[in-house]
Amino acid sequence: MISKTINLTLKVWRQGRKEPIGRLETYQAKDISTDMSFLEMLDVVNEDLTKAGKEPIAFDHDCREGICGMCGAVINGRAHGQEKKTTLCQLHMRHFKDGDTIVVEPWRARAFPLVKDLVVDRSALDKIIMAGGYISANAGGAPDANAIPISKEVAENAFNAAACIGCGACVAACPNASAMLFVSAKVSHLALLPQGRPEAARRARAMVQAMDACGFGNCSNETECEAECPKGISIVEIARLNREFFKSEFS
Amino acid sequence: MSAEVKLDAKIPDGPLAEKWDRHRFNLKLVNPANKKKFNIIVVGTGLAGASAAATLAELGYNVQNFCIQDSPRRAHSIAAQGGINAAKNYANDGDSVWRLFYDTVKGGDFRAREGNVYRLAQLSCNIIDHCVAQGIPFARDYGGLLDNRSFGGAQVSRTFYAKGQTGQQLLLGAYSSLMRQVAAGMVTLYPRREMLDLVVVDGKARGIVVRNLITGEMETYSAHAVVLATGGYGNVFNLSTNAMASNVTAAFRAYKKGAFFANPCFTQIHPTCIPVHGTYQSKLTLMSESLRNDGRVWVPKKPGDKRKPADIPESERDYYLETKYPSFGNLVPRDVASRNAKEQCDLGKGVGETGLAVYLDFADAINRYGQDVIAGKYGNLFEMYEKITGENPYQTPMMIYPAVHYAMGGLWVDYNLMSTVDGLFVLGEANFSDHGANRLGASALMQGLADGYFVIPYTIGGYLAGTRFPEVNPSDNAEFKAATTAAQAKIDKLLSINGKRTVAEFHRELGLILWEYCGMSRNEEGLAKAKTLIQKLRAEFWEDVRVPGASQDLNQSLENAGRVADFLEFGELMVDDAIARKESCGCHFNTAYQTEENEARRDDDNFCHVAAWEYAGDDDSPRFHKEPLVFENVELSQRSYK
Repeated sequence: MISKTINLTLKVWRQGRKEPIGRLETYQAKDISTDMSFLEMLDVVNEDLTKAGKEPIAFDHDCREGICGMCGAVINGRAHGQEKKTTLCQLHMRHFKDGDTIVVEPWRARAFPLVKDLVVDRSALDKIIMAGGYISANAGGAPDANAIPISKEVAENAFNAAACIGCGACVAACPNASAMLFVSAKVSHLALLPQGRPEAARRARAMVQAMDACGFGNCSNETECEAECPKGISIVEIARLNREFFKSEFS
Repeated sequence: MSAEVKLDAKIPDGPLAEKWDRHRFNLKLVNPANKKKFNIIVVGTGLAGASAAATLAELGYNVQNFCIQDSPRRAHSIAAQGGINAAKNYANDGDSVWRLFYDTVKGGDFRAREGNVYRLAQLSCNIIDHCVAQGIPFARDYGGLLDNRSFGGAQVSRTFYAKGQTGQQLLLGAYSSLMRQVAAGMVTLYPRREMLDLVVVDGKARGIVVRNLITGEMETYSAHAVVLATGGYGNVFNLSTNAMASNVTAAFRAYKKGAFFANPCFTQIHPTCIPVHGTYQSKLTLMSESLRNDGRVWVPKKPGDKRKPADIPESERDYYLETKYPSFGNLVPRDVASRNAKEQCDLGKGVGETGLAVYLDFADAINRYGQDVIAGKYGNLFEMYEKITGENPYQTPMMIYPAVHYAMGGLWVDYNLMSTVDGLFVLGEANFSDHGANRLGASALMQGLADGYFVIPYTIGGYLAGTRFPEVNPSDNAEFKAATTAAQAKIDKLLSINGKRTVAEFHRELGLILWEYCGMSRNEEGLAKAKTLIQKLRAEFWEDVRVPGASQDLNQSLENAGRVADFLEFGELMVDDAIARKESCGCHFNTAYQTEENEARRDDDNFCHVAAWEYAGDDDSPRFHKEPLVFENVELSQRSYK
């Protein structure tokens, strides 16, 4: 870890909770260690703002190790920044150069109303899961865990879909603000497993309907979602969702 | 409560293996038609909270579930990596409920209850069954059956896992069950709420006060019972592997309302974390301890040696764990590995820019097995390391250092998971119950889910069925009003100080005090100093902290200020507990009590107990109570890893 420090100019979206429209404000981030994460850099800016008697930038974050899905912002036009398969908390400042100007904006989607500054309301994603993103199994009634063998390949495919962290980057990256990658990841994960088959048709229909009702756009195969997904969820899951959805019409 | 209060753990009679069955039979049941008449508050949506809320709703109770994040799916259980233990014995390698029980009690250095731990081991098997039914994509073998691995030095393969994301998958399973109950109208979800107080009416927990983190409004909720599943307090150290919002506030508020706090000085420090890089570091990232299976830990023999690792010849390297512990070598337990790393750094032999790191070197393993084999085992961890540090661990040794990871201490609970406040139940890391003075790897997920899926659904019924509840209406109840007023007053006070130092500065300073004097090794002089320093820092905080922004708004500085204010009080309680425990055990290593081999020396004659602290007012020292631990089934022995 040979650290050095850089100076940056930030243009950050600021919008109060009751303000109808926000604006980009300019801040200087000075002596930023290249070992810092992007969020630690924002912490430094916020410390400076606090000491200067100004209000710090509100942004969502929690685990800071790329798994909780709480953080996220559009960095120079890219959801979670330019690095592949990286959440904002795992984007490190060594990927920026001294003197860079960085534009920081919130997720933008009709289904994600802005709360304040970089914080948006993603409860629409919870509503989609409520519609059917589960297997109806009450605690207590399960057979032995090894009662139903599942091939290694199927289990791994299900795992790859289940790796979604629900951050909403796919929605932010999509020109239609569609949540297809998110929906497909859950539909795929559960449809692949034998335990999830009994409800597969109902689940696919209900989750797609919920997505539409929440104001997300439609999928037009732009594949921006796959490019920006920090967990590398593939658009193969969307193909699988489409198959499940069509099949459900005949059940 | 008088000082002579007896802590009754309510461990059922009978042989160990029959206690839980007998107890379930003896517990009163709530008639199915009556369940809907009971409201239950569950605070927290991690493994314990989400599983409890979902399961109580499945039974027919009305549940109100609160979380601090924007969605229940983000609770910090999500970050658990390694796996979850269960005594399934699928590997046919000699595991059993009894062995998992024994390993857990011994691993905890004989400071946990036999009855609770045995129940945990029994329920471990039900958890795996339920999780598979929920669609958790556990790792499987080619034949389609579940795969197991050995973990954390266990001699059997009993750990179920989903790559390095077991916590995520288990939490998403509990979350999906929870969301199903939200859709069914059985659970009302309140995200972005922070619990600021517990409301006790006529001696019973009857509700909570929360702050709506978006609007800043105080809100009150009433219920027949309150379940806290609010996680651990590791962030009292500022830097830890915990998420940023993890805090002690809910548990500490409950402590101030009469719930005893047990063993607060028991905090686990994990040996393999990515080292601190600078002042503004916000968190420490854990690297799975499985790395120690193939990595060799070393430092330069000469203090202050700043050469690159590749330039230091073999003869000038100190493989201190291998030298000191020839039979366990690099695989000594977490507490031993952590203490030794600190010792080397204190001797000036630490490496890296800060001198607070040791090498974990894979060169020998790569030479022996080839890079492909090592990549197959640890590829994702090596990638994660490179992402954070910018260094390639295939070419240069990793640098690691210990970091605070898990709180074994927590609110005292009896066998029913009920605290010393009637109707207040505490689950998961927030309670103290099952891990003694040291938690074994892959046991936290097991405990959180056992508590939520399989313990609380029974024990809460026993409480509700046997209790009479007068009507409580938050809008005209004096206790609710007083708690709300007090919570708002504290917020107004924080906003009005307008001093010169930020909340983060105070938090960093508190963390350094605790890390230095109440961390991996402790002594009386240091602990006494820490107590004074914390008191001084707390006084400064209330005079000089600067909290910008408004009360009636999304105000993250204010949220942090409230949490750090509680940490500043709680830190002193930790120190008090460490002072009172005049022995060493597990993670609590007091240098005055060690064996000739520098291992923790327990004093079973005088300290084989749970220390439980009762709040006695802001101006008085907390009152000490003890629950003696009785071992009828295992023999207390001294750990040795030479």
